[in-house]
Amino acid sequence: MSDVASRLTTRFANPAQFLSVAEKAAPWLWGAALATLAIGLVLAFRAPPDYQQGMSVKIMYVHVPAAWLAMMCYSVMAGASAIGFIFRHPLADVAAKSAAPIGAVFTALALVTGSLWGKPMWGAYWVWDARLTSMLVLLFLYLGYIALWAAIEEPVRAGRAAGILAIAGFVNVPIIKFSVDWWNTLHQPASVFRMDGPAIAPSLLWPLLVMGIGYTLLFVALLLVRMQTEILERRARRLRLEAVDRSGGEGLL
Amino acid sequence: MSAFFEMGGYAAFVWPAYGLSLALIGALVWRSFAGLAAARRALRDLDAGRGAEAP
Repeated sequence: MSDVASRLTTRFANPAQFLSVAEKAAPWLWGAALATLAIGLVLAFRAPPDYQQGMSVKIMYVHVPAAWLAMMCYSVMAGASAIGFIFRHPLADVAAKSAAPIGAVFTALALVTGSLWGKPMWGAYWVWDARLTSMLVLLFLYLGYIALWAAIEEPVRAGRAAGILAIAGFVNVPIIKFSVDWWNTLHQPASVFRMDGPAIAPSLLWPLLVMGIGYTLLFVALLLVRMQTEILERRARRLRLEAVDRSGGEGLL
Repeated sequence: MSAFFEMGGYAAFVWPAYGLSLALIGALVWRSFAGLAAARRALRDLDAGRGAEAP
């Protein structure tokens, strides 16, 4: 590794440095997230109704960003886990662990809002087709990952076990993305991120993209808060262990 | 105005979708900040305890 690169990694690898950067960035991130979401909501409700779906298309503005973030969050989690394995970066496991509950909430929201959209459009709250089922599997992966962290006391070992689950489970992300092309499904095919450009009218697309940016900013802001929390909790854990060492294990039992 | 709330007859689906999104994301934000505050408090208490122990 070159000198500059190694200096950069050590700089961002330093949890104390990270804490001070995260604290400075927080007000700006939260401000930007709230402002973008407010603008997105105004645009969403001012957008015209869909020519087939009428006003039910308003659900799209909370459903689609939640689903995007559910997958983005998992990719961050799996990517951070991989970085943890390869470079032993001290913040990688912290980032992966912190992303999981956020991803689980976005996945649950994508499922519930999709269900509320499915009822009036398809006539059913739930169908066992590829898109919906693979999304449900994603929720279970998140829950399993969170449970694994909770089950193992020692953070390094917990991070290693949970990291393997996160990386192996990543296979589900492309399955979700392409499920609408590979199998017959009630879910509509991709209409925004397609090879030949978006297939959705600009008047409906713009508010959706603004909401997507708002959800992404919210994710980053939340991730930093949870990473700060995790770093402080680990520091407290170390202090407690040191105290036990000094007292020669007294009061341990 | 009431036409807005009726959502073209889809009110029973549109508003719960927005309500649940707000409730779940709000709960996540609230719990995240509560967790950060608790971690800061615990660390402060530990530091204070260690200071008292030192000779």
